[in-house]
Parts: sequence; C-alpha cells; structure tokens
Amino acid sequence: MQSPTATRSLLPQVTHPRNDGMPLDLDWVASVQANTSAIERRAATLGGRRSVKKDYQAAWLCKAVSLIDLTTLSGDDTAGRVRRLCAKARKPVAPWMLEKLGLPDLKVGAVCVYHDMVATAVDALAGSGIPVAAVSTGFPAGLSPLHLRMAEIGESVAAGAAEIDIVISRRHVLTQNWQALYDEMREMRSACGDAHVKAILATGELGTLRNVARASLICMLAGADFIKTSTGKENVNATLPVTLTMIRAIRDYQDRTGIKVGYKPAGGIAKAKDALLYMAMMKDELGLPWLQPDLFRFGASSLLGDIERQLEHHLTGHYSAANRHAMG
Amino acid sequence: MNTPTVSTIFNSMDYGPAPEGNAEALAWIAGHGGSFGHWIDGAFTAPEAPFETRNPASARVLAVVSQGSQATLDKAVASARRAQVKWARQPGHARAKVLYALARMVQKHSRLFAVLETMDNGKPIRESRDIDIPLVARHFNYHAGLAQLMHSALPGHLPLGVCGAIIPWNFPLLMLAWKVAPALAAGNTVVLKPAEYTPLTALLFAELAHQAGLPKGVLNIVTGDGATGALLVDHPGLDKIAFTGSTAVGRKIRQATAGTGKALTLELGGKSPYIVFDDADLDSAVEGLVDAIWFNQGQVCCAGSRLLVQEGVAERFYAKLKRRMDGLRMGDPLDKCIDVGAIVDPVQLASITAMMDANTEGDTYRAACEVPEGCFYPPTLVTGLSSASTLMQEEIFGPVLVSMTFRTPVEAVELANNTRYGLAASIWSENINLALDIAPKLRAGVVWINGTNMFDAAAGFGGVRESGFGREGGWEGLLAYLKPAGTAKALKPVPAAAAVSEPAAGLDRTAKLFIGGKQARPDGGYSQPVTGPRGKLLGHVGLGNRKDIRNAVEAAQAAKGWGKATGHNRAQILYYIAENLSARANEFAARLSAMSGKPGMAEVEASIQRLFTYAAWADKYDGAAKSVPIRGIALAMNEPCGVIGAICPDEAPLLGFISLMAPAIAMGNTCVLVPSEPQPLSATDFYQVLETSDLPAGVVNIVTGAHADLAKPLAGHMDVDAVWYFGTAPLSATVEREAAMNIKRTWVNHGRARDWMGPDGEGKAFLRAATEVKTVWVPYGE
Repeated sequence: MQSPTATRSLLPQVTHPRNDGMPLDLDWVASVQANTSAIERRAATLGGRRSVKKDYQAAWLCKAVSLIDLTTLSGDDTAGRVRRLCAKARKPVAPWMLEKLGLPDLKVGAVCVYHDMVATAVDALAGSGIPVAAVSTGFPAGLSPLHLRMAEIGESVAAGAAEIDIVISRRHVLTQNWQALYDEMREMRSACGDAHVKAILATGELGTLRNVARASLICMLAGADFIKTSTGKENVNATLPVTLTMIRAIRDYQDRTGIKVGYKPAGGIAKAKDALLYMAMMKDELGLPWLQPDLFRFGASSLLGDIERQLEHHLTGHYSAANRHAMG
Repeated sequence: MNTPTVSTIFNSMDYGPAPEGNAEALAWIAGHGGSFGHWIDGAFTAPEAPFETRNPASARVLAVVSQGSQATLDKAVASARRAQVKWARQPGHARAKVLYALARMVQKHSRLFAVLETMDNGKPIRESRDIDIPLVARHFNYHAGLAQLMHSALPGHLPLGVCGAIIPWNFPLLMLAWKVAPALAAGNTVVLKPAEYTPLTALLFAELAHQAGLPKGVLNIVTGDGATGALLVDHPGLDKIAFTGSTAVGRKIRQATAGTGKALTLELGGKSPYIVFDDADLDSAVEGLVDAIWFNQGQVCCAGSRLLVQEGVAERFYAKLKRRMDGLRMGDPLDKCIDVGAIVDPVQLASITAMMDANTEGDTYRAACEVPEGCFYPPTLVTGLSSASTLMQEEIFGPVLVSMTFRTPVEAVELANNTRYGLAASIWSENINLALDIAPKLRAGVVWINGTNMFDAAAGFGGVRESGFGREGGWEGLLAYLKPAGTAKALKPVPAAAAVSEPAAGLDRTAKLFIGGKQARPDGGYSQPVTGPRGKLLGHVGLGNRKDIRNAVEAAQAAKGWGKATGHNRAQILYYIAENLSARANEFAARLSAMSGKPGMAEVEASIQRLFTYAAWADKYDGAAKSVPIRGIALAMNEPCGVIGAICPDEAPLLGFISLMAPAIAMGNTCVLVPSEPQPLSATDFYQVLETSDLPAGVVNIVTGAHADLAKPLAGHMDVDAVWYFGTAPLSATVEREAAMNIKRTWVNHGRARDWMGPDGEGKAFLRAATEVKTVWVPYGE
C-alpha cells in the first residue's frame, strides 16, 4: 500500500496530502456505530447553538459561495446553458457587492456537469482557476457495466475534468459486501489518476446511518478524496444527520491515518441559512480546514441565488429580489 | 481592537457576537421601578427588606427584591387558604381552562421569559429559549389536561389544600411550573418561594398569570433566601411542602415537617452515572455528555456527572471528549452562539472552585476554550479517579465531569449504584439486550438509554435514596398533590397487654423472632408476656432491640433477589400462603380471640382475602408506556422500593400485619415487620405459615417488641428504603424524623385510624407505597 504523499494536484487550493487509502480493515468497519436518535438530536440542536450575524454572516456567506460546486445535471443541458453557468461561476455575485464586501475576486469552488459538457465547461472556465467536476460512472444509478463506468472516468479526465464525482454501487452496501465496495472504489480512484475523486454514497438509498458510516469508511479506505452524500436524484439527499455521520467518519479516519478527506453535501441545500448551518457543523466537528474548498463543497444549484439576496440585504438593509441578480 | 472586516472574517471564519436583545426584559424591570415586593393575593406588595438580584455574567444589579418575613408569609398563606376552597370546588374543566391560558401565556411571552431567565440565572439563551420555556408551556398544557380528566380518572381524591413550594435557582421558571401546574390542576393553591438568586421570572409569571385569568390567591410568590424558606416550611397553615434543592436542605425539611402531617415531596441532589459501553456510538456519547454535564453549566440535579467508561475504549473516548470540550464556546449567556454561560452566583463559583482545589487525585483537563472574566468556570474533566475519590462521591454542581473505567456490565452496575444518590442514569450501548438489562438494575428514578436529560410533563421525574422521593410529571406526579376523600378519625389506642393474672395452660410454645427464614431468639435475651383481655397469660414474645433490627435488615437485603422473581411466581407464593393460612383458619381465629376477647374468624377470612388481593396484583400492577414527544418510548416501570420496614397496627394483629406484608412482597420488596405490640402472637404464629409456603428466606422478617424502641432504629437504618408506620402521632413523628437520615420514603398515619377490614385496608395506595416509578427513556430509530 502506498504511503500518503503530497501529490501535486490540478487543484490550486490543495494543501493537504492526498488520501491514498489504506488496506481494508473489516474489524474497523464492523466496529463503526451510528445511533440515529442521538445523531438527530445533535443535528436538531446545532441551529440553536450557532448563529452568525452582520459582517460575520456576510463573510460566512461569501465563504459559502467559494465552496459551491455550481451544478447543472439535467437531461436538457446544452452548451449554451453550461456556458451561462460558467459565466456565473466566474462572477457569482454582482461586482458592486463584492467590491463593497472587500472580496472582489470571489469565485465558486467548481462547476459540476455531465461528461458531455466537460469540454464546454473547461473551455468556458479557461484562465479562471475554477476546476470542472464531472459526474461519472453511470450517474446517478451507477448500474452500467463496470468497464464502461471505468472508461467514462478516463474520458472525463481526458476531457479536462479535474474532479470526478463517482457513484458507488449501493447494492454492495445493502448486502454488506464491503470487499466488493472497497475493490470498486479502489479501481475508480485509480482510474481518476491525478483528478480528485468524490465518492457519492447516495445516502438516501443506504437505509441506515450505520450503513452510511460504514460506507463512508470503506470509500476513504479505498482512497476517496471526498465523500459526498447524494446525486441529488434520490428521494432524500443531503441532511444534517447524514452529514454528521459522514464527517464523524472523516474525523475517525484522520485520527487513525492523519489524512484529511473532504466532504460534499449535495441536493436540497437551497437556503443561505442552511448553508451556514452546514458550515457551523463542519467548523465544530472537524475544524477550520474543512471550511476551505479543498476539503468542503456544497453541491448546489439554487443556493447561490439565496446567498446573493442575503448579501444584498446585508449591504443595503433592504430585502432583495431574485430578478436583481444574474441567472446562473 | 479594530472591528474585523468581511474579508478578514472570510479568512478567520470566526463566529463573532450574536447577542439576543434584552430591551423588553429591562423595560419590564424598569416598569416596576427596579424594585419588587412579593406577589400576594393578586397584587404586588410594597417592597420589604430589600436585597439585590444580579446578572451573574456581568455582576450588574438587575433589580431589588424583598426578603419575606413571617408576617408576609402569614398574608400569603391566608390568601391561598381563602382562594383554595373556591378553586377546588370548581369543575375540573374550569381549572383546565385557566391552566391552558397559562400555557398560552407562557408561549405568547416566551422570549421575554427566556431573556429574563438568562439574565437572572446566567444560563445560555439557547437553553432558556429552546428548553426551559418550551418545557414550562408544555407542563401547563399537559396539566390542563390532567385537570380536565382528574375527576373521572381519579375518583375519590381531593386536593391537599395549600401547598408551599420551594424551588432552586438552576431552572427557576421550569421548577415553578413543575410545582405549580400539578398543584393547581389538582385544586390546591400555592405559596411559592423562588431562590434568592433567581426570583424574577416567578414574579413576571405571577403578574402575567393574573392577567391571564388566574384568580387572586391561587398562586402567591414570596421572595427571600433560605431564612424565608425555613419560615415557609414551618408555617402551620400549609398542607404540603414541595421542595427541589440540595440534599442537606431536604434533610432539614424532612426533619422540620416530621409529625406535622404536611405532605412532602423532595427532589434533591444527585451524582448520576453516565455509562458508556464499548459498543456505543462513541461520538454520540461524547455529544450526550455536552447535554449531560455542560448543560446549564452542570448546575443540574440530574447531570450525568459521573462518567463510567468501559476500559477498552476509555482512552479513545477521553480523546474524543477532550476535543469536544475544546470546541465548547463560553461567554455572554445572551449570546446565541455560546454553549456554556455563567455560574449562577460567585458563592456557587467559590464552592466549585473549593472542591476542585481540594482535589489531589486523577488527571484534570480543562477545556481549551476562552473563559471570560467573572463568574465563569471552564468545562473540566477529571479522569483516573476511583470510587473512593471525594469528587466521585460528592455533588459538585458545576461543569466538572469525573470519570473512571469499568470492565464488565456487572461492574458497571456496581459502580453506578455505589452512591448515596439515585436520581438519574444514562446508558450508552448499541446492544438492546445490554441496555435493557442494565436499566432495571440501576438505582435511579430516571434512566436514559442512548440519551440524556430528556424531560417531559407526561413522564415522571424524581429520585430514590438521598435524591429524594415523589415524582413530578404524569399521573404519578399529580397524585403527590391529592389525598383520598374522607377524613380519618383519631385512632383509639389498643390497651397494653393486661398484667398476668392467670398462668398459661398446656405445653409452652416459645414465640421467636423470624429472621432470614430462621426462628431466632432476641439478641437482648428478654421476653415479655402476652395476655388475654382479663390477664390470662397466652405466651411470651421476644423483646427485639436495635441489633435484631440490624440482623433483620441484613437478612432482608440478602433476600433482594426476590425482586427479580416474576410477578407470576410471587403470586403463586402469595396464593400458597393464603392456602396454608386457610388450612389453619380455626387456630388463628382462636388465637385472635384469645388476645382480644372478640371473635377472630372474620379477621382471618379478611386476611385470606387480602392475600388473594395482592396475589392478584402481583402480576397486574402494570407500568405504562408514556406518550412523550420523542420517537421512542418512555417506560414507567413499577419497581420495588427495596427493603421496607413496617411497624404494623396494634388494632388488627393479623389483618394489619398481612395488609402491609402482602403488598410489600407482592411488588417484590423484602420487609422487616414489627407486629402489633400488645397482640403479637398471630404474627409469630404466622411465620410457620410462611415457612411452609415456599417463601424464600429473608423476604419477610419479623421482629417483635416495643414499637417505641424499634421505630427509631428501623426508621433510621440507612439500608432500609422505605418505612411504614400505623400507630400513634408521636411515633409517626419519630419515624418521619429518623427517616431523614437517608431520606427514605415514609408512610405514616399520624395517629389516624384506618379501617383494615374495609376497602381502605387495601388497594392502589398500598401498591404505590410499595413501588418506585422508574422512567426509562428509550429513543429509537435506525
């Protein structure tokens, strides 16, 4: 097994050694517990414990913008639609507002698209420093033939995707076939090469938080750079209890290996207030490094709009309207 | 320092200040000129003997309040007395409407209450806003329902009258709700003394309650310190004292009220174990500790303050815990972004500091969080202690967690129970078999499985041992504010045995004590004669002394496995006892007749029936699954008290004895019974019945002798969990006073008669006295 190395990355922000994975340790996996009621209680009370106001709130919301994987994953995506999204990624917030906030260069974390749109996005983002993430491996169900899923990764990387969001085979989790899950993830990690890999667990389809915790660990052992909740296509996507479960797994992984793995909640985070809550959870449970784009992303499409309105309210004292902000 | 800009915060990602406004609370205080009298008879009195109440976080004076005097209390009690008759006479629905209005009133002014509470007490606004005040509203709401249903659900009960309530400073308004809501629902009126550090929300409540339609006099608030509290406890115009506070003060109140006939409930201190098994979700158990010991700065009677961790995971658990402690935010309690606020008063801070300074054992870890200047104490963990450590035994009542490790579930239970207290306990394990096995074995009134500090109006809360007695919440809590209808007459004393005027006939038969399943001669070696009404010598009984009581209690303790026998099994044995008594009915009737000079068969028949009654109850006195607002269940389990000492009535030598023994053993207790003093031979004959009925040795122990000599050692014995007495008023007082030693439950008659032959001689009152309600919270979900 490789030792963790400070792999050079395509990502300008990366400052941490990459996760090269560990041998599968089934004893560790079996010892992982997740008490649903207690996790829900912590998640439910966090909002009452943490609050950011005024300039702090504005700064946190700007930070949230920098953490967004601005996403379009629709069957009707076209080159034009993707270019518009990329333009928004370059200028996520009206320049006059960013000037006033003292953050004129604020950009989103990445743009996330289907494979067919990678080239367009890479082109549209040229020179911006914003990476393109591609969803891959038969997204969202992940049930296409394995060799095709692997090939898809290779093609996305070749097309210029710096990050690959893969989907795991939920059936391996549901049947507790940890070896198969580990092997699959390992192979996908390998196929990604220098591109960073985010493992989408599709937590809404894993049945229990215990499964979420164990699947999180397997994916990290197999070398995932990020673990990610959802495709956005499941009935239930990112939630705070799922987040708490996954980031506690990240913390345990760091305790044992010294390696920091990133986290990406995706789907259902549409309000600025929700984003603040997720960020408070990251800060309290994992610490400051997980409030940087190399270790934390929001998979979101409509979140940015709400943040823009809140920021304008902060600057003007007046509640804002959607039509005052450029569409993504 | 310059105010940071958005771009610098963008890099630091600090939380920054998030203050909750307090203008409305300050305006309310200012509206009263910053000075408060008492609330009596629906209005504020003029201020008297003023003292200051401060915001502990800033040390600033919030207001000046009054120190209640005897004359003030007289007025308050008189007002409550005047109001009580009318309040109680109304239909339950009328009281329900008022309680409902109080719940709505609390909700309407929730933020004002929360802010005022936080300013007066120092607890984080999150807690007063999200926990205390919603629980207050819930409590009144729930008790509006009890008022509505009481007459149909609990026929034959009456309110006690005027209740005195003394509440602590840690949950000022919530404790008010816990006392006032059930008292009012049941038809009582109240004189309440809030703690001297935190009187303001009670005064606000009283004022707003008046506006919400609470009739004058139904709730009176008299402020003051412990001196006022002591005057209230001693006030002759009260029918009940309900106290929440320290064990030391609770003990004094038990002693002061002994023999007065005042009903008493005590909710006292604790050193509640928090048990983490190696298969627990450790991160969740760590987070649970935040809610257990750093909730309200650890100033919580049921705080999970004694951490017991299974050895194999201890190091990992401590590492996780320390990291979590470092992330706690301390600061201005009105800040919406802090976890830990101020200690209530410099006096309390000094007490915590002194205890910690005196400790030389273990390893002390203080959270690396910033500690503000002033009345603050950092979250602290002391590991590596042993059961002998002072910090492991004594309540600190501050944000200090003490810890030790255990090896096995059996050891966890032993360590958990190795305390004078018995309020609450938490169990963390993902193994349902383990968790549900441990819960009944813990000596505590409340057990939380994979959770902590969960409260609800529907679920009983209260302790065992020196954590007090009585339950608050649920139907069981309401019963603490009710009494059976009807007035008992004074008990006519049974004459002492007549002097021997005629010698005994036939072969001598020596009545012995019955201890640990064996017939035993009295330790002192003295006997006393038992005679018939005209002086015929019927035999001798041993004159038991304190050592016999000691031996009997030891035997009863050794037989506690009886509590684990199934209800069915206990029923079988009670039926068998009845069967064997029935076989010897004529002999017992003759014995009763010889002692009293009256026919005895009716008493024997009633005794057989009574045994049947409790044999029937043995497997039918069911607990309950409470409807609490969580996904999960709160089980109200009726558990045996443990060892019950009972001094039986003189007037019904067999039936009285059986009327106490049968419910005690039916519910799984073991007991030490002191039979009728002048007519003890039916009880000593009865041990032969017990010996032939498969009753395990030590479940029933019989010590004959003088009640006046035996009451004290029995009631004062530290290993007896409850004591019952049915005799004279003076000895009732003795029993209550001596029971203060370990705050054991008492049930005495204050010299009032009970018709043992009639329906009052049996029933639920006996079953309730023979059981403790343990509330086991089991949140679930996967």
